Amino acid sequence: MVDDVEFTSYYGRQIVKSPVWKTPDVPLYLFLGGAAGSSSILGAIADVTGRPALTRVARLTAGGGSILSVVFLVHDLGRPERFLHMLRVIKPTSPLSVGSYILAPFSAAAGATAAVELLGWFPRLKRFGGAVAGIFGGPLATYTGVLLANTAVPSWHAVHKELPFVFASSGMAAGGGVTMAFTPVAEAGPSRKMAVTGAAIELGLMHRVEHEHGIVSEPYRIGKAGKFLNAARTCTAAGAGLTVLAGRTRLGAIASGTLLAAGSLLTRFGVFEAGLASAKDPKYTVIPQRERLAARQNGHAPSVTH
Amino acid sequence: MTSVSSASPAFTGKDPQNRLFGPLPDVTEEAGYEPDHPKRVGFFTDTSVCIGCKACEVACKEWNTLPMDDSHGTRDVIGLSGMSYDNTGQLGANSWRHVAFVEQSRVVDLPMPAVGLPGATRQDTGEPSPAGHAHQDDSLAEAQAHSVLNAEALSEFDPQTAQTGSDKQIRWLMSSDVCKHCTHAACLDVCPTGALFRTEYGTVVVQGDICNGCGYCVPACPYGVIDQRKDDGRVFKCTMCYDRLTDGLMPACATACPTQSIQFGDLDELQARADARLATLQSQGVETARLYGRDEDDGVGGAGAFFLLLDEPEVYGLPPDPVVTTRDLPAMWRAAATAAAMMVGVALSAVLGSRKR
Ligand code: SF4
Ligand code: SF4
Repeated sequence: MVDDVEFTSYYGRQIVKSPVWKTPDVPLYLFLGGAAGSSSILGAIADVTGRPALTRVARLTAGGGSILSVVFLVHDLGRPERFLHMLRVIKPTSPLSVGSYILAPFSAAAGATAAVELLGWFPRLKRFGGAVAGIFGGPLATYTGVLLANTAVPSWHAVHKELPFVFASSGMAAGGGVTMAFTPVAEAGPSRKMAVTGAAIELGLMHRVEHEHGIVSEPYRIGKAGKFLNAARTCTAAGAGLTVLAGRTRLGAIASGTLLAAGSLLTRFGVFEAGLASAKDPKYTVIPQRERLAARQNGHAPSVTH
Repeated sequence: MTSVSSASPAFTGKDPQNRLFGPLPDVTEEAGYEPDHPKRVGFFTDTSVCIGCKACEVACKEWNTLPMDDSHGTRDVIGLSGMSYDNTGQLGANSWRHVAFVEQSRVVDLPMPAVGLPGATRQDTGEPSPAGHAHQDDSLAEAQAHSVLNAEALSEFDPQTAQTGSDKQIRWLMSSDVCKHCTHAACLDVCPTGALFRTEYGTVVVQGDICNGCGYCVPACPYGVIDQRKDDGRVFKCTMCYDRLTDGLMPACATACPTQSIQFGDLDELQARADARLATLQSQGVETARLYGRDEDDGVGGAGAFFLLLDEPEVYGLPPDPVVTTRDLPAMWRAAATAAAMMVGVALSAVLGSRKR
């Protein structure tokens, strides 16, 4: 709708800086955090309702995912040996600071729970560890949405109200998918339900992200990001459909679980790439700001003095 | 050891003290300094007198021992950018001052003598104008003969529109860009380690021994100022020569600037000076002159380094309406909390809605 709007730039140079976060590290981190977070919640509830097989799979998924995400996060730092500086201060204005205080207890609890699950020690402690992980699991999956949105990257910031929900639902699709693939089908009912609900919410929200934010929705539809997100949509929709149709068979559970996890992973890559693309082209910075200024001048928004 | 940031109260509800957004009368005190802290200092960069000599860039590199890089920030590479005389290209980890060069040439729709700003010596007949400009080259020479420093010259022709005998109008814009030392600095807000901090002068500085190179500040800055030095891992940006300030010296760039395009001083004084300068230029018919970053009601609560520009900000590579991203952070945290609760709800109903085997 605003495709051909004229705008000026300085030799076509980008205005905001591109994120220096590495790919695949950061998209993988986003994916693992979502899968581990949702699995830990599922595991904690499955535990108290007496579903031992699902509990075990969910705990191992949460533990494995959390340890791997710490590895990717530390690896992405420019000075990895200083990763403990993350815990020097607590700043609610910094999603990464808050996130560090979510990831640290989560990975400790989920990692330890998974370890004792494997070793078969301390059953009481296991329940406690699993519950702690379950408490931090939701925030772990959703804070990463705030992490990306709380930047000047146009296509991330504009969707700041959707992104935490996208990551939450995408995390549920992935966590549900992975646990359904490894749990005996008779006990995997909760995984299937969580996965299908997550997938449905994700598809709905991503449609909004891709279409309802004017020009800054465009990077989600074109280029590399567009390809990732098209593939993500296909995988997620197919995975959810297959879960409903064939999720109660072993093979069907494995196939649909894999599709759902792949869909979630592709969504993270797509969202990440869309942000990079929107930072690169100055039009995504200039045009929305120009429109904002014009709206203010026309009195559509609170006007600024001077 | 662990400290909680002073902006925390802003998350408890409204933001009555403008801790995340809006004007702040004393940004230094808000950051936790005692009331007897030094006054807030800043830069006023008056681009109407910039001659594009790049003395500021050189002085900055020298004083801060910044490594050489090309116009894309690649270290130890010489490269011509093809962007007029600008081979610095952008602000980044290794360039803390950047002089932009804009060559504008545009066709005028109605080349009639009656159209134009006061003093424009333009005409459509191709004959010598009363001022004696036979053609464009002469009038350019004439333009150069007039010092832009000279207020009289400025009143005679608006650098916007003057100086040509044909229907082509040409002008050069030069502007020395720098970190804005925002009142609400996104880089500082999002830094998880506390490496970025507010100095006693109200400026924003990175502590190199704390930064762990997480990179969060880089996409957070609405102006694209701060960047990571790839081979080092940490981020770097203008410190407003913090080390010189503590010794009572002016920043290197302002000291080196031969035209006083870069003025350093107490921020309130600079603001008054800028307002006066703008009024002068406007009274002389330079209608496109405007201040950028001066308004404390803007998206970053006003900048510590602000500018007088002769065209729209984006012409110089500046965002027209920058907003500190943390303005929307309370809404984002609310969304994240609700989304996390949604996950628990979905998981609960998934478990409770499934039969046990
Ligand atoms: S947000 Fe950007 S312009 Fe503002 S103080 Fe930080 S680096 Fe400078
Ligand atoms: S890269 Fe350094 S200065 Fe920037 S946010 Fe991270 S720790 Fe802070």
